[in-house]
Amino acid sequence: MSEADELDFEELFDDTDREPPSRSARLKRTLDLTVLAPLRIAIHDWRAVVAGTILLLYGLMGTVGVWLATKPSSGDHPKLQGPFQELAYPLGTDLYGRSILDQIIYATPDMFRMIFAGAIVAVGVAAVVGLLSGFMRGTPVDAVLMMLADIIITIPGLPLIIVITAIFQPTNPYIVGVFLGIDMWPGLARTVRSQVLSIREESYVEASQIMGLPTSSILRRDVAGQLMPFILVNASLTSRRVIFESVSLYFLGILPFTTYNWGVLMNLAYQENALTRSELLPWLVFPMITIILMSFAFVLLSQAMDAIFNVRLQARHAETIDDKEMTE
Amino acid sequence: MHPRYVLKRTGQMVLTFFVTVTFTFALYQAMPGGPAEAMRAMILAESGQVGGSVNLDLLNQMVEHYANVNPDKPLHVQYYNYLHSLLIQGDMGTSIYQGEPVLDLILQSVPWTMFIGVYALALGYTVSLFLGAVMAYKERSLFDSVASIGVIFLNSVPYYIFAIILVYVLGIEYSVFPINGRYGTFVDPGFTLEYMSSVVRHATLPVVSMGILATGGALTMRGNAIRVLGDDYVRVAELRGLRRSRVAMQYVGRNSVLPLYTQFMIGIAGVLSSTVVVEEIFAYNGMGKLLYDAVLLHDYPVLMGTLLVFTTITLLAIYIADLTYGYIDPRISTGDSNE
Repeated sequence: MSEADELDFEELFDDTDREPPSRSARLKRTLDLTVLAPLRIAIHDWRAVVAGTILLLYGLMGTVGVWLATKPSSGDHPKLQGPFQELAYPLGTDLYGRSILDQIIYATPDMFRMIFAGAIVAVGVAAVVGLLSGFMRGTPVDAVLMMLADIIITIPGLPLIIVITAIFQPTNPYIVGVFLGIDMWPGLARTVRSQVLSIREESYVEASQIMGLPTSSILRRDVAGQLMPFILVNASLTSRRVIFESVSLYFLGILPFTTYNWGVLMNLAYQENALTRSELLPWLVFPMITIILMSFAFVLLSQAMDAIFNVRLQARHAETIDDKEMTE
Repeated sequence: MHPRYVLKRTGQMVLTFFVTVTFTFALYQAMPGGPAEAMRAMILAESGQVGGSVNLDLLNQMVEHYANVNPDKPLHVQYYNYLHSLLIQGDMGTSIYQGEPVLDLILQSVPWTMFIGVYALALGYTVSLFLGAVMAYKERSLFDSVASIGVIFLNSVPYYIFAIILVYVLGIEYSVFPINGRYGTFVDPGFTLEYMSSVVRHATLPVVSMGILATGGALTMRGNAIRVLGDDYVRVAELRGLRRSRVAMQYVGRNSVLPLYTQFMIGIAGVLSSTVVVEEIFAYNGMGKLLYDAVLLHDYPVLMGTLLVFTTITLLAIYIADLTYGYIDPRISTGDSNE
């Protein structure tokens, strides 16, 4: 065994004797590894740039946009004006004289709330259930949790959500998001579980166990770190599903029309036979474009994140990892 | 296959079914004000007793008639009666709006939904598997990048928006396909060529719009195929001088499709979900439309019945997938909890 190898070996286990790095240095290192390195890669990944730009625009639309736009109400403007004619209603107006752009803008904040709640519930529950179940493999806890997941996987999502919303009629966007998340966690939880099972077999986790580290810190340090990218990628895909399903519920007219939503616009336009009346077409088409573009950004983002969180790629872009560690 | 696994899997299926039945019962109980209060207005309107004093006993009897739940009785008795009428008598309740047994309504619409659902799955997966395989073979080529972006874009278009675009382009602008109904108004059902072709033409657009759901499988297939292509046995097969088509089909194709098999069967849940929106857009009288109409009319017995049948279909599909997987992929020892 060469001297260099021994040195590495000591460094690895010598945590207690060594002077710990100062707080600011540690903070800097954490920041560099978890935020800056991914960002540096992201800038070179066109998908991340495009997705980031689009989502930033939607974010602005949901915050500054709402502040700039006027709350749309019937009779604001002349009825059924075409798009790109007047600055007061750049995308035209609907059958009731409301600006289509203003309605699209006013629907944005609630959409973000739904996505937020839905993604938190779906990914959060999936991570907790998957981790628990994976670490307690073969115990009754594992069996019960997986059975629960299997049952929910079996119930077709949209009918389930339709029945629940029909009975409880939620108006709060966060609650709608939570309802939508209910049907999305089980598949993810199963995947997290199988990931945990395969990570458990890895030698470094086994080493931690032999060294007598408590299960909780193994979970936190070894497994959760590995699962983070996976969870982020799926949070992005879940966001897309929340958009799809919430809009479809509004489009079907099942959720109460108390808020603005792109699906509400589509529903009203479609009910008025917008497909055969060309003057109504903008009312239907612009919300559709809004939905597709936002979903596109989330799908791109998930693809980009898959690449960004690739550990090897990340190490090349981190400044606080020196070359000795790199060549490892 | 291991008999113990079959037994365990069957037990699991039966249990899941019971949990779902219990869940619909719980939903009845969770309705704001209880099932009687929730259905009261609907039942009274249908029985023509608007206004005036309401006989509470009569109302409870009617709730029991429609939903198999009598709010008068203690909870466990209600639950027992609910299970009894559903499982022993095959009675799923009665539609408040149409006055017909829910089971009859569902049996009339199930074949149509399965018809478009199965073809949507078959079409969607066939296309995406082929696309994924070709992309893998031409990895890093122009075709690969263009197809990847195309698939990502298709993944960002909700299937119902796709349906609306299809209606507009192929249904209205070019009038290639009919856009509503299950078959033409003036066509008599029967084993005639005219009827069959009408059914197929009416099903085309719904099938294509639902098939779009499966295109995400192309990227998974691409990933699997690329991994398999790098495996030694494929190289050995090539070196043995086997025909290219044989290597492609039996070595690469088979091994990259297998991991997707269970996913396909679970996909039926997604397709059944999408029928609710798609059948409404195409005015296609299937289960999805039945469920949608029931929601608007607050026809809760129909709502619960369709939810139950949707779940049962998925349950059976996944059950069959799990039991047959061992035959299709001999490497898998079914019953291993380490999947």
